[in-house]
Amino acid sequence: MDRTGLNQIGDYAWRIDPAGEMRAPAIIFADEALIDDMDDKVREQIVNVTTLPGIVGPAYAMPDAHWGYGFPIGGVAAFAPEEGGVISAGGVGFDISCGVRLLATGLSRADIEAVKLNFAHELSRAIPAGVGSKGRIVLDDDELDAMLAGGAGWAVRQGWGRAEDLPRIEENGTMRGAVPEFISAKAHKRQRKEMGTLGSGNHYLEVQEVVQIYDVDVARRFGLDAGRIVAMIHCGSRGLGHQIGTEFLRDMAISAPEHGIRLPDRELACAPIESDLGQRYIGAMRAGINCALANRQILTHLVRKAFAGFFAGADLPVVYDVSHNTCKEEEHVIDGRMRRVFVHRKGATRALGPGASQLPEAFVDCGQPVIIGGSMGTSSFVLVGDARSEAMSLGSACHGAGRAMSRHAAAKLWKGRQVQDALASEGIIVKSPSSRGIAEEAPGAYKNVDAVVEVAEKAGLARRVARLKPVICIKG
Amino acid sequence: MTASMIDPEEVGTRETVRIVCEAPDREMLLVDWLNALVYEMATRSMVFGDFSVSLSDGRLEAEARGEPIDIARHAPSVEVKGATYTELKVTRGNDGVWTAQCIIDV
Repeated sequence: MDRTGLNQIGDYAWRIDPAGEMRAPAIIFADEALIDDMDDKVREQIVNVTTLPGIVGPAYAMPDAHWGYGFPIGGVAAFAPEEGGVISAGGVGFDISCGVRLLATGLSRADIEAVKLNFAHELSRAIPAGVGSKGRIVLDDDELDAMLAGGAGWAVRQGWGRAEDLPRIEENGTMRGAVPEFISAKAHKRQRKEMGTLGSGNHYLEVQEVVQIYDVDVARRFGLDAGRIVAMIHCGSRGLGHQIGTEFLRDMAISAPEHGIRLPDRELACAPIESDLGQRYIGAMRAGINCALANRQILTHLVRKAFAGFFAGADLPVVYDVSHNTCKEEEHVIDGRMRRVFVHRKGATRALGPGASQLPEAFVDCGQPVIIGGSMGTSSFVLVGDARSEAMSLGSACHGAGRAMSRHAAAKLWKGRQVQDALASEGIIVKSPSSRGIAEEAPGAYKNVDAVVEVAEKAGLARRVARLKPVICIKG
Repeated sequence: MTASMIDPEEVGTRETVRIVCEAPDREMLLVDWLNALVYEMATRSMVFGDFSVSLSDGRLEAEARGEPIDIARHAPSVEVKGATYTELKVTRGNDGVWTAQCIIDV
């Protein structure tokens, strides 16, 4: 990124002061290397976000920020309803509540190694993954509505999980305020056969080993020990979320002039929070969040069953479940006073520090787990929310490594078999229905996640707790 | 868009789906057309490889020809979530050639 107009504030943050149509400053979290590597489009997009009506406080870009649609991936911004603040379908994105869930297993690396190939095969059979895969659960309209209102809570009541899972999920597993009636028949139809499916692209199920602990006490609180095995599920709201995004993006783009909104980029399509369209989107988007939470809950059940078949007594408690693409109504101190705002996090994780009122009891005095997914060959991380992030980034942190090259470029550089063989030589088994999909997701196509989490820690957004290394990867 | 998922040469064209879209401007019509295809692919579990499109006054009428997805033969790499408005352009150059550009989210 060209540094012109960026004012460095501290070692890990860069500020763009309001100019022209900007209603607020923008702040990018990065060290010198990350800011130089960051796409200029990140600056253009985060500046565009600051021009939207009713923004309060700065718009933020996380250390893993990269060029997105409307908002940059890694973009965070809050809007106040009483100031004409907007809600943006583009600011949430197509994959509503895409997120990561981490399960502890209590198993050792040696337990997995003894059966690794067979177990990888069983997981790839048990977890529907990839384009065209269908779930084994088909819901009718009434069941879909119940799922959209109840989220993971609904899934647990259906028998896919346990009551003790729910406090380990954001919103206690159920996003309140969901309005299933605002979901179209087309979105229903797109979701009917997709419950309990992983999807494709960058979505995955990974069996990982905890290879490094940075904070022993917090790791113990999270149920993480060095040398132990965990399972990570990365997926979102599937076809339903995609269809909600598609439909509301269009309605908001068309109606923006009626609401007096000038869009610098149509992908920032939005509507006033207090408008009829804004309220309908909020109700539908919350139902989309519940769809993602229910989906990860069903997948959790399938993963548990697969583990139980190989490892007697493995019960896989949930460490935590975080969502990346959301807009949530929250209270934050902004410009010296408590404000009720709608916080968009697009490719960014909520990272509440110790003492935050929304935290489950287990994490009140240490902060929430912040789960950062890596790529097939690189580390993933568990961080813990830092209390300083509340004032610095509306309690937000990065969500992953971020792509360093396009899928097209990656598929030209690598072949799927070659990537699989290279990873197998490092002890990592990769299973996927698509060889090209593996090439497009090659570890070399991603930024260095180690650098991203180090900057997140040094900037005061979240602290490292544990590093996880893949052992088996089931790619969508 | 098909090429982002699979090799278009591998798609048979034994089934036809008719699609009609209307939109206030050309750019939005392009997005609507692509999103209509995304929807048909998702709900019919099909891929398309051959298209006839006619345009008039903000209205698009099309036939998309394809076949049910065969995971082993088509080996799809990604599913398309939706067409975005990012870098969206439908323009006609001085040489009379039309360019339609849209970024899709996968």
